[in-house]
Amino acid sequence: MELEREQLLKEIMATDFSAFDLHLYLDTHPCDQRALMLYYSYVQKSGYLKNQYERQYGPLNSPRFFNSYRWQWIDSPWPWERQ
Amino acid sequence: MWVYEKRLEYPVKIKTCNPKMAKYIITQYGGPDGELAASLRYLSQRFSMPTNEAKGILNDVGTEELAHLEMVGSIVYQLTKDVPADVMEKAGLGAYYSDHDHAIYPMSASGVPFNAACLQSKGDPIADLVEDLAAEQKARATYENLINLSDDPDVIDPLRFLREREIVHFQRFGEALRIVQDRLSEKKHFVAKPPGNPD
Repeated sequence: MELEREQLLKEIMATDFSAFDLHLYLDTHPCDQRALMLYYSYVQKSGYLKNQYERQYGPLNSPRFFNSYRWQWIDSPWPWERQ
Repeated sequence: MWVYEKRLEYPVKIKTCNPKMAKYIITQYGGPDGELAASLRYLSQRFSMPTNEAKGILNDVGTEELAHLEMVGSIVYQLTKDVPADVMEKAGLGAYYSDHDHAIYPMSASGVPFNAACLQSKGDPIADLVEDLAAEQKARATYENLINLSDDPDVIDPLRFLREREIVHFQRFGEALRIVQDRLSEKKHFVAKPPGNPD
């Protein structure tokens, strides 16, 4: 269970990182259409993966939709903790 | 405005404590060429930049540096977690432990508390962007030094990631500088002087 969570999070991190690196590139190349389209494809994939993750393991961002009578945001693990 | 995502930018999973390394790595938390200095520098300079590309890149790299700050803090935290006082002392962290226990405190490897004097926000876009290029090189060099000091792959892995990011930032700032220079030289187009003005 923990291993699955880690693997899904790793995939999210990799996808988001690809998107963010393109984000920086687009800051200085705002008209690069290929980069733009690639960016959105990564964002779309990230959204899909994050939905999966949050449903099973709790929020990654401040929750936008009600899904629990507990405020799960504070739950362990926090990102800096050894996991 | 900032939004926090509850994850690190890149994983930090350190299995073996090493307070001696922590003493060196903290310099990228609160030292002169560290991530706090970088993020404050870029987030402060962005206000007075003349082109949107420069505003964008300073804003966004400044934001990424905060994520790096978090990573460096996590590395130091994991390297010193549960390390008893006498081991901290033997590793050279006796003074740090006295004042901060196992907390993370922004300072350099030599114990100098974080100081904004290590950065400038000059308001002159060329001066600022050239400083930023230098800042990225200094950070890259520091990460190389820290990598040389370590033999633990769990530590070297995130340090290597952080080093590579500095190289990418250097590239982006170079582009921003070129764009600013092009834009500034555009403004110097001379048009015919209005009649009546002496040459």
